[in-house]
Amino acid sequence: MSRYAFFLGCTAPVRTMNYELSTRRVAEKLGIELVDFPFTCCGFPIEPINQDSAIMMSMRNLALAESKGLDIVTLCSACAGTLTRFNKILREDKKSRTNLANNLSRGLEYRGSVKVKHFVRMLYEDIGIPKLKGMISKNLKGLKLLTHYGCHYIRPSEIYNGFDYPEAPHTLDELVEITGAESLDFPQRDMCCGAALLAIDKNITLTMAESKLQMAKAAGADALVVICPFCGISYDMGQLEIEIEFHRKYNLPVLYYPQLLGLAMGLHPKDLALMMNNVKVQKILDKVLM
Amino acid sequence: MSETVQRRIKATELNTKFKYEITKRPGGEKLLQCFQCGTCTAGCPISRFNDVYRPKQIIRMIQLGLKERVLNKDSGLIWLCSYCYLCEERCPKDVKFPEVITILRNIAVEAGNIHPSLAKLVALVAEQGRIYDVDDFINMRRKRLGLPPLSTDKSEWSEFTQFLRLKK
Repeated sequence: MSRYAFFLGCTAPVRTMNYELSTRRVAEKLGIELVDFPFTCCGFPIEPINQDSAIMMSMRNLALAESKGLDIVTLCSACAGTLTRFNKILREDKKSRTNLANNLSRGLEYRGSVKVKHFVRMLYEDIGIPKLKGMISKNLKGLKLLTHYGCHYIRPSEIYNGFDYPEAPHTLDELVEITGAESLDFPQRDMCCGAALLAIDKNITLTMAESKLQMAKAAGADALVVICPFCGISYDMGQLEIEIEFHRKYNLPVLYYPQLLGLAMGLHPKDLALMMNNVKVQKILDKVLM
Repeated sequence: MSETVQRRIKATELNTKFKYEITKRPGGEKLLQCFQCGTCTAGCPISRFNDVYRPKQIIRMIQLGLKERVLNKDSGLIWLCSYCYLCEERCPKDVKFPEVITILRNIAVEAGNIHPSLAKLVALVAEQGRIYDVDDFINMRRKRLGLPPLSTDKSEWSEFTQFLRLKK
């Protein structure tokens, strides 16, 4: 049985509990043990203020996981990116590690042994497509989906050692297609969701998010598939606001990948907290569960 | 906003040492390699939806020494990056523009010019260890869903956030 330190991040456990719950249930079904830790924020929002403080935050989290000998899986693409990036700095730059280590408290130290992966990357690399395929009990044929990779799941590519392609990623599409659903091809797949600017200039966020909703509609998608709570906030929670702001109706459901996989593995919609999605997913359920 | 960024340049406003403030920090080393091809701006999602924000232009302004203009509080230019890393992926000269933006933000904060939204965020992280206030209500909702409670024990990270306060 595989065991991982479960890095929830700040946003998922507070604002997108549907993402967290479906991930936990899918992991249980796959025999993956996700161990909870008193982690703090990964450091990403602190980096613009002071990079050393941000590295410190990551270091404390990495050290906690290391103390139990576990690798980390994250729900949030930005957490995965930040922890991976700082992990690389801490491993390669011994000097900064020693300087920062003096600030680690209560006997914590970090030797650099922890690997960090996004939950979806872990599914792809550690569990693997063949095994996942064997767990599918409900074919979702007929469902047309548009995947949205959170930027930090694949970029900057220099920290990901050749995992997936930074501008033409395929891992999530493969994972979507094992469910029997179709993953649509569409232009500008790398368009950012814009959530990082929510607190700075909301209008840009809404405009950026809308451009993807437009694309999804044009491509004939039944739903968007996301793997980051911030993308979920932009497209799912923000959709009503976008509709009001731009006087257009989208009504496009947004699924977190574990919700989709869970459906295909025969889990009950309640265990996947599908009723918590902002844009109602009933028409998806009607399509696949009848 | 655009006038602040694009008005005519006077020789007296050039701070020729400014570029070295960027290149001496980790991530900013390759800044002077930029030959203004514009690949960064061409792919930048923010540039597409904002009239002023242009990565290529920001780099040129740093190279020229237009410190005041780059860090200008009213234009808020340096706070507009969304860290999608497309520019960094595509740059033929390996200039890490998102890192440059981080350095610019760090410099602005050191001079006391933190963006008000970020100031709130940092205060929350120092206090709570995360960017949201975790209260009983949230843990009640989590319990109802069958999710484990989030730790609200501040002693878990108080020593650590003290470090954050010192650095602020």
